[in-house]
Amino acid sequence: MATITVNKMVKEESHKAVENFSEKLEIEGRSLWADARRRFLSNKAAVASMIVLVAVTLLIIFGPMASQFTYDEIDWANMAAPPSMETGHFFGTDHLGRDLFVRTLEGGRISFMVGAMGALVAVIIGTIYGSMAGFLGGRIDNLMMRALEILQSFPFMFLVILMITFFGRSILLIFIAIGAVSWLDMARIVRGQTLSLKSKEFVEAAIISGASSTQIIFRHLIPNLLGIVVVYASLLVPGMILFESFLSFLGLGVQEPMTSWGALVNEGATSMEVAIWQLAFPTSFLVITLFCFNFIGDGLRDALDPKDR
Amino acid sequence: MFTFILKRIGVAIPTLFILVLLSFFLMQMAPGSPFTGDFNMPPEILANLEAKYHLDKPLWQQFAYYLKDLLHGDLGPSFKYKDYTVNELVAQSFPVSITIGALAFLFTVIMGVGLGTLAALRQNSWIDYTVMTFSMVGVVLPSFVIAPLMVLIFSISLKWLPAGGWNDGSWQNMVLPVAAMAILYVAAVARIMRSSMIETLNSNFIRTARAKGLPRRHIIFKHALKPALLPVVSYLGPAFVGIITGSVVIETVFGLPGIGQHFVNGALNRDYSLVLGLTIIIGSLTILFTAVVDILYGLIDPKIRVGG
Amino acid sequence: MKKPFKALKLAGIPALTLAASIMAVTSANAAIVPAGTQLAQVQELVRGNGAEPASIDPQKVEGVPGSSVTKDLFEGLVTQDAAGNTIPGQAESWTVSEDNKTFTFKIRDTAKWSNGDPVTAGDFVFAFQRAVDPETASRYAWFMEIPTIVNASAIVKGEKPADSLGVKAVDDKTFQVTLEKPVPYFIKMLAHQTTFPVPQKVVEKLGDNWTRPGNMVSNGAYKLADWRVNEKIVLERNSNYWNDKATVINKVTYLPIVSTTSELNRYKADELDMTNLIPVEHFKSLKKQIPNEVRVTPYLGTYYYTFNTKRKPFDDVRIRKALSYAINRDAISKYVKGQGEKPAYTFTPETVSGFVPPSTDYSKMSQAERNAEAKRLLTEAGYGPNKPLEFDLLYNTDEAHKKVAIAIAQMWKPLGVKVTLVNQEWKTFLDSRNDGKFDVARAGWIGDYNEASTMLDLNTSTHGQNDSQFVNEMYDKLMSESRVVTSDEERSHLYTEAEKILADEMPVAPIYQYVTSRLVKPYVGGYPMSNVEDNVYTRDLFIKKH
Repeated sequence: MATITVNKMVKEESHKAVENFSEKLEIEGRSLWADARRRFLSNKAAVASMIVLVAVTLLIIFGPMASQFTYDEIDWANMAAPPSMETGHFFGTDHLGRDLFVRTLEGGRISFMVGAMGALVAVIIGTIYGSMAGFLGGRIDNLMMRALEILQSFPFMFLVILMITFFGRSILLIFIAIGAVSWLDMARIVRGQTLSLKSKEFVEAAIISGASSTQIIFRHLIPNLLGIVVVYASLLVPGMILFESFLSFLGLGVQEPMTSWGALVNEGATSMEVAIWQLAFPTSFLVITLFCFNFIGDGLRDALDPKDR
Repeated sequence: MFTFILKRIGVAIPTLFILVLLSFFLMQMAPGSPFTGDFNMPPEILANLEAKYHLDKPLWQQFAYYLKDLLHGDLGPSFKYKDYTVNELVAQSFPVSITIGALAFLFTVIMGVGLGTLAALRQNSWIDYTVMTFSMVGVVLPSFVIAPLMVLIFSISLKWLPAGGWNDGSWQNMVLPVAAMAILYVAAVARIMRSSMIETLNSNFIRTARAKGLPRRHIIFKHALKPALLPVVSYLGPAFVGIITGSVVIETVFGLPGIGQHFVNGALNRDYSLVLGLTIIIGSLTILFTAVVDILYGLIDPKIRVGG
Repeated sequence: MKKPFKALKLAGIPALTLAASIMAVTSANAAIVPAGTQLAQVQELVRGNGAEPASIDPQKVEGVPGSSVTKDLFEGLVTQDAAGNTIPGQAESWTVSEDNKTFTFKIRDTAKWSNGDPVTAGDFVFAFQRAVDPETASRYAWFMEIPTIVNASAIVKGEKPADSLGVKAVDDKTFQVTLEKPVPYFIKMLAHQTTFPVPQKVVEKLGDNWTRPGNMVSNGAYKLADWRVNEKIVLERNSNYWNDKATVINKVTYLPIVSTTSELNRYKADELDMTNLIPVEHFKSLKKQIPNEVRVTPYLGTYYYTFNTKRKPFDDVRIRKALSYAINRDAISKYVKGQGEKPAYTFTPETVSGFVPPSTDYSKMSQAERNAEAKRLLTEAGYGPNKPLEFDLLYNTDEAHKKVAIAIAQMWKPLGVKVTLVNQEWKTFLDSRNDGKFDVARAGWIGDYNEASTMLDLNTSTHGQNDSQFVNEMYDKLMSESRVVTSDEERSHLYTEAEKILADEMPVAPIYQYVTSRLVKPYVGGYPMSNVEDNVYTRDLFIKKH
């Protein structure tokens, strides 16, 4: 349920960002991006988060090479063993004797992928849907918004469970399932933004010069929506990662022997009294990463929306 | 206002109908049936069961049956819990979810708005940082970690509070679930409140008020609070439905007989009627509270005209 | 999480001299409190029940949670003692006709419903008819067809009216059942809830609502006091039970806690006296900290993997054998499960009475030898490093199944086998397995009576649960022969032969023999340590002073 929380919050905050961003867009033109970058770089928390996030990413990519174990190998002699340098299990092992150091990093890959892909799907569908509704307007807009309303009144757990029973459990489908239930807010935001852009001169000029609707949407509208999309996406990623962990709680997450932070944390949570390391390491990684994403998201929003400070 | 409400209802009915229609057919398409079990039933027994629940009829006819009952307020018998109807299951579990949810909601509003305002007023002080760090933790830690941790500390080690159960809603049983649930939302509300309060305080009309030399307390409570609450309201409206309809995680960890468990288990058990019934209820509540938010918006901010 | 349903599937055990031997047994259906035990003032028990029962109506129960509750609420013609022996229940005695087809039961004069009404033969007639009546749509209707009660099958099929069933109330206290065939284990079956009586007057008056607190009338040691779905079921002592004076516990509460970790937490917080399970992760440390509270008892069942013998390449016996041989069963039972499960090399658990496991090749080899043999078989079948065997391993979403699957996939890896683990949620999984949409699938079977046929029948070609779709004429012949053989020894020999065929053909790979493990507070007395069917009647328990 945490995802709803995060998403709704994102929606609220980014809504304001959009308005301010579009005002800026008009006045300052190109210099906005340079401005934004300067402002972002002066935000210490965001920059520090950026550095940490890069470090985590590098560790996730190259870390497993530093271990003698693979993510699915069972060490029969060291089952549920605490962290130790001698055995080579830096983070200890899980109940099946699999190395938690490698598994945590491996889980990180999946979590990052789920986060990025989920956000991507949501952003792509949301942007296209929203800009189309906003641009085409009238009856079609009405219809599209009604459809959105219906989808929004669906309890999203219902949709997710159904999708999982229909399509089984490949990681790709989990991305799509998660992305597909979280594009609704994005679509709304983009639609509102498109409506205001539509009345701007450059779009009117394009319409008069006979450009087709598709051309206008893809050439003129979407590029100008990029700012808000970036902000929204950066805040969507942590929401996605958290949502994946919720799916893991229900046992509907990534297929074994693959793992994710959500799955590891969930497993750790069931045995925290007897094997605290199984909870501590994956949770630290999860929490640190989510912290970073949130700070970066805040930083981006502030950078694109100077009014806030 | 009256036409606005009428209009809303006019939209809500077809929306609900489509919701029911889609859920009904999607649910039936899922593999497995309410009656698949660990051992295969002889076909004649399966046939008897299906006949009893009208599952032997064509789908459209089943849908017609369902709609007819629905119009009479009857959500049908539960496929899984043979001794109960869906109406009874809802009647038993809904009060639990609402009680926990309403308390968590109340707690969230008071704590979230309070902490957010506090942080905004003391921007960049240690109070601000503490509040923000705390609220970040609430956003990044999954509730299936927070809730068992609470049990471990308060129930098993300190033995202050029960580890689970509902116990006819005694307050001891409610403390931990309400707290675990509220943490998530307090965090979000505090964050939204903080940034919207900062923005309001920097706006022109507050500057004017300040220039006039009005007392600080007066400015905050009389002028700033109302507009700063707008984003919180639009966040809490939809969140309210999520809060009162319960969370599977909290209910599972604390063994609460609420709606969340029914919903997830119902979907996994293919208890068609139970899931449909809950989908309708949750869907209607979502529609209702989206409308309530719009109305509240109009009340708080006269600039926005309702019904436009 | 999901315990296999206890599917009482009886398919013909040969003539045992049951009726006579049972009547000679005089063990009590009541708590046996050792002399000198000081009992606690408050006799109340809280039990973890695993999940919310689908129903507590005896004829509608499906699954273990409901069955446990009904066994406290109701009592059939016979019941079981703590050791699992069949003993008289509502019937104080019975006679069997010459042809072994007609059973006449004498119901106790003292047998009463919780509302004070006498339990009559009519109530039994009503209940038996209700079980087969299509109107009731009982999942267990087949249970009446197994002992071939006259017309049971025809009634279930809707060909005859329910009142044509071969049951009769000779007088108020005499109940008679007629079978089509002389099925000797019929008496044993009567401890199952499907055959429990229900109060005709109450059910007819209240319909489906009769199982609600306040409405329900029962004839067992307890009566229903309260029921909140997903929270608790509370039973209170039934003072009208015929043997009430021997009951010790006054109140028992069943909690449907699905999450084993939550259950453990509540046990630790003293909110539970008895858990339903022990989470695997915690078993070792609990065994160290509170060894006298960890109760492990044998459970009549086998955990196994089933090969889809209708699918290539699993139609090749060499592949099935290779995969089965490469499973290190000792490692699974010792490290992955570690709760006292025994490695299984036969489909029938060793605990089954009268079963003699055959000496098969692979049970005697060392694991290294088995691995070598597996490699040889696989190469012979044409698979190797250049042509790796690839397939899916299907299991249902559950921590325990996941662990076993991961470990076994690892054991197969050195063979050059590429396994993809596929976990599906329960209903989808059942659909896939029943429809044969799998390569290798996880399965488990809990026997329903203490006899090898409860397990072995599963692999006969016509059995509904033969998921491997194994067809072997010799095997079918052995099993049908076992039903007509009268000598125990001869029958045991047939079972051993059948197991040999399974070891040669390997349609299923047995992995381990189940156990039941629970946490039971030290002050709970009378916990049965040898009931392999895991029937824990509350009337047999008592609370010691603590």
